Amino acid sequence: MPRTITFQQAINEALDQEMARDRSVIVLGEDVAGGEGSPGEQDAWGGVMGVTKGLQPKYPDRVLDTPISESAFIGAAIGAATAGMRPVAELMFNDFLGVCFDQIYNQAAKFRYMFGGKAETPLVIRTIVGAGVRAAAQHSQSLYAIFTHIPGLKCVVPSTPYDAKGLLIEAIRDNDPVIFCEHKGLYAMEGEVPEESYTVPFGEAAVVREGSDVTIVTLGDMVHRSHEAAQTLAADGVECEIIDLRTTSPLDEETILESVAETGRVVVVDEANPRCSIATDISALIADQGFGSLKAPIRRVTAPHTPVPFNGLLEDLYKPDASRIAAAVRGVAEYQALEEATS
Amino acid sequence: MTTIHAVTMPKWGLSMTHGKVVDWLIDEGTPVGVGAEVLEVETEKITSAVEAPAPGVLRRRVAGAGVELPVGALLGVIAAAEVPDTEIDEFVTDNEDVIAVEDAGESGPEPESVEVAGRMLRFLRRGEGGPPALMIHGFGSNLNTWLFNHEPLSVGREVYALDLPGHGQSSKEVGDGTIAHLADVVMEWLDVVGIPQVHLVGHSLGGAICLEIACREPARVLSLTLVSSAGLGSEIAADYVHGFVQAERRNQLKPHLQQLFFDPTQVTRQVVDETLRSKRLDGVSEALTTIASAFVVDGQQPTRFAGRLAEIQAPKLVLWGADDRILPAAHAAILDDQATVHVLDDCGHMVHMEGARDVNRLVDQFWQS
Repeated sequence: MPRTITFQQAINEALDQEMARDRSVIVLGEDVAGGEGSPGEQDAWGGVMGVTKGLQPKYPDRVLDTPISESAFIGAAIGAATAGMRPVAELMFNDFLGVCFDQIYNQAAKFRYMFGGKAETPLVIRTIVGAGVRAAAQHSQSLYAIFTHIPGLKCVVPSTPYDAKGLLIEAIRDNDPVIFCEHKGLYAMEGEVPEESYTVPFGEAAVVREGSDVTIVTLGDMVHRSHEAAQTLAADGVECEIIDLRTTSPLDEETILESVAETGRVVVVDEANPRCSIATDISALIADQGFGSLKAPIRRVTAPHTPVPFNGLLEDLYKPDASRIAAAVRGVAEYQALEEATS
Repeated sequence: MTTIHAVTMPKWGLSMTHGKVVDWLIDEGTPVGVGAEVLEVETEKITSAVEAPAPGVLRRRVAGAGVELPVGALLGVIAAAEVPDTEIDEFVTDNEDVIAVEDAGESGPEPESVEVAGRMLRFLRRGEGGPPALMIHGFGSNLNTWLFNHEPLSVGREVYALDLPGHGQSSKEVGDGTIAHLADVVMEWLDVVGIPQVHLVGHSLGGAICLEIACREPARVLSLTLVSSAGLGSEIAADYVHGFVQAERRNQLKPHLQQLFFDPTQVTRQVVDETLRSKRLDGVSEALTTIASAFVVDGQQPTRFAGRLAEIQAPKLVLWGADDRILPAAHAAILDDQATVHVLDDCGHMVHMEGARDVNRLVDQFWQS
């Protein structure tokens, strides 16, 4: 049978294979040089989640522990990228991007444009997103909409081990800055992953379930919550099509619009806060370009407009779950336009 | 002594773990022969008929339409008309339990890999008893193309299916990509695995490789089964070959894959996604480009064996889909006077999938004779 590994191992393998293939690939960040026989093993085990475990002994001069200063090491990574390296920086939690954001959105994202296409910045910033593990308001956000907003950045949100490996290899080989968002709830997830290197292209959403009644557009961990909902709904005769965006920039508009043209009913599911989000962006796209096929209003299932609560009961209420998704889908599936309902 | 036979959920391909009963094709009480189509099963990839494993009467439809069950699960019961109902009921009760227990361990034989000429080649061996047979897939495919053929043909015979270099999970090094080179690799593989003589089965490009082997080492080849084979005529749908190589996205690839089938609905999203996954492995694009540029020159097949067929003493069976849009069925006629030729209606280039039942019967008869 095909080999099964975890999401975390898939990311480690992508880094390992690209470092073996290309000497210009370097890894840097806080505590990334730990684990599996590295010096300092007791204190550090390969990044905060152990994702880079074991890379340092294999590539001793290319796995760099940095001071606890995001602005210093993200700046160093951007500089290295402009000078011909392919750095993969680990920004621990995406919540910390504030301290180094100028270098990301005003420097790295602008170089190609401002130097007339002559400058390349082949940089990857890996960062952890997502709620659900009692990590509180400053370690649990999903800020990919902010990266998606900036022209010049690419933004990746994988949902499976297979996609994580292929999208990270694609990100490392890409010549533009890529923000690679890893949901902390997915690291232990297992899935089939080829041992060989491969890529998953940016801007191609995956249709992870086919159905003709309602389209669910989602990403990251919410793909799995949507699956749970779809299974419940299927038992009641409502068939969902689930689209996993995989990358929010570039965005695969075609796959979304094709599906909506078939179903005419849409729920967008995203665990991020609701305002100016991926959910609003997708809804606007469909309202603008798919209006003619809509049979019901577009519904969004998101977190509320609050910080992520530390209290476990509140955090569970904060994050969308299968029952909320199923309720939204039911509402959309049963919706009848006024003239239809009264005729 | 009468026997009761179970109709079970088949395993079509390495990744199949479950299947869904679409509908029964015959009623309880209907007499059936071996190979009669009994019910339709749908997997993520394909819908096809499950055939009667033995002659008798369909006594029970155990699994209802719409039910999803694991591979090996009891679907129905076939037995002679005189077997009492009580025995049938007992059989159903016993076997439902057995399958529930075996479910977890049911995975079938595992593919193996060996190193041949500095590269790893993956293959899958099924069945026992000789002399062995080897099935070679076509361009851009892999050993899973034989999902409807491998198991049925391996009853009482050792049957191998191979991933060619540049394909499936074999290494992506394809040398100059010529049929001669690929045949070299296959012959070395036969040496490494220890197969002195073999029945060869080749589909499309795989057929041309079989022809090359038969010309170069005739003593080694016990028989030759050419399925929609390349290497006979000059015509080939060059736009398919180039389109397949170049397609990077689902919507680019799908119309090309649809050309392979008489029934284009066989090309599900799952089939397109899996094909893309394999094309996206490092080295595959280069390997396919290299093979394609040797295989199709100026829109035609440069390597043809028509003039050398007399050299091949081994018995030949030629199978073709009447609606093949990649290699025209007219090429089958090139071998009319020296081979058994069957052109199957309502089948395209993937005749071994679309006409699996007839193909399996014809190949089995051919090997027996």
